[in-house]
Amino acid sequence: MDTEITLRVDGAARSLTVDTRTTLLDALRERLRNTSPKKGCDHGQCGACTVLLDGRRVNSCLVLAVTVGDAEVITSDGLATDDRPHPLHDSFVEHDGFQCGYCTPGQVCSAAGVLAEARAGWPSHVTEDLTAEGVTLTDAEIRERMSGNLCRCAAYANIVPAVAAVAEKEGVR
Amino acid sequence: MREFRYERADDPAAAVALLAAEPSGAFLGGGTNLVDLMKLGVATPDVLVDVRTLTSAEVTDLPDGGLRIGAAVPNADLAADRRVRERFPVLAQALLAGASGQLRNRATTGGNLLQRTRCTYFTDVTRPCNKREPGSGCGALEGVHRNHAILGQTLDGPGACIATHPSDMAVALVALDAVVQVLGPEGERAVPIAELHRLPGDDPSRDTTLRHGELISAIELPPLPFAARSRYRKARDRASFAFALVSVAAAVDVADGVVRDVRLALGGVAHRPWRATTAEEALRGRPATEESFAAAADAELAAATPLRDNGFKVPLARNLVVRTLLEVAR
Repeated sequence: MDTEITLRVDGAARSLTVDTRTTLLDALRERLRNTSPKKGCDHGQCGACTVLLDGRRVNSCLVLAVTVGDAEVITSDGLATDDRPHPLHDSFVEHDGFQCGYCTPGQVCSAAGVLAEARAGWPSHVTEDLTAEGVTLTDAEIRERMSGNLCRCAAYANIVPAVAAVAEKEGVR
Repeated sequence: MREFRYERADDPAAAVALLAAEPSGAFLGGGTNLVDLMKLGVATPDVLVDVRTLTSAEVTDLPDGGLRIGAAVPNADLAADRRVRERFPVLAQALLAGASGQLRNRATTGGNLLQRTRCTYFTDVTRPCNKREPGSGCGALEGVHRNHAILGQTLDGPGACIATHPSDMAVALVALDAVVQVLGPEGERAVPIAELHRLPGDDPSRDTTLRHGELISAIELPPLPFAARSRYRKARDRASFAFALVSVAAAVDVADGVVRDVRLALGGVAHRPWRATTAEEALRGRPATEESFAAAADAELAAATPLRDNGFKVPLARNLVVRTLLEVAR
């Protein structure tokens, strides 16, 4: 069943007709030619497709495009502003936080979500005191919070300091 | 994925009316489980009625000190809610032990209760599974069943099923005696959460007692002051982002070294979140000691019928119960 939708992606509104079965990931990649989010497992397990939907990180492979409505979609591509990379992009490069680059856009979007969630004071599975005000993004917190993004290129070790460096600048570490 | 019609409604009653008229339709919440099952060909609804933004997305205080959780509250928001963290830490911990940050942002409270088993025979349409295709058999019984149930299973006949319920959140809600508010074609009803999920019995295809068209609108947590000292512990094969082998939700009220009241539920062991009523009864009025806790766990697990490869869950559950009770009784 075809449906007309308008997606707001990386600051631009794009109208298109999609079959209701189309996921947000497929709409972005196959229809809008935004290849920033990657299709890894396609089942919500690897995080390569992570985008920010109204500022929250989600697996775009499990979101049907028809359900998105007027929510704002930001991909790793759209995190850059005025042709300047996002601080997380720079930090990933600086810390050698990626290898093949396949899962990196998802890692970067997820990291942006992690920083926002930490600024909001959200606890995680490894947070010792659930009643504490505020969150400190220790290495253990970063590891746990990034665990929805799997990279088997052995980049994990460098992703933690890449995220930590930006967290430090933002005062959540 | 099979083709489907996508529908939205203006309010929950209209969504219920829409779905009630579509025998093979389904409600769509966050979609983190349903869309996956549709991709796998396990779920094949003709119509999806989107209810993700239809019910309340707010957590509100009840006059008696309890909380009302709208069915559309994302799992991430519920885990972060300060009232949940302070009054019902077991629930926040269970939510944070489940899935990933991305999934918790999208998944809803109502949808979480209705997520389906991750038994690989259920999710692989080329395998026999009485839950997915009644009468086809249970591939897990003689197959790979390390993750499967040890309590309340149906081990033979057309109802054979050893699948486990996957939710962490539901285990905590069962310990907290949550009440599920449901809106159906015949109006509203309240379902105690212990009566929401089923054992396989002779029909494992039905996970819950909900009727077609019934929509979860909210979950109510009655006040439980001693839940301020509650705990969720989860044993899994890796440190994060994996389903429970066994999990325990516990809250204990101890006075003068004696257990006055206790709430105990187990996850990963049965077709539904398992309220450990035998252990609870064995504990009330007993000294809050490791010996009492172990005896209570043994009493609960005496009914276990482990299979060839999941017998390890019996001592794992026992030890996890004892450790968790020791921690909250401290």
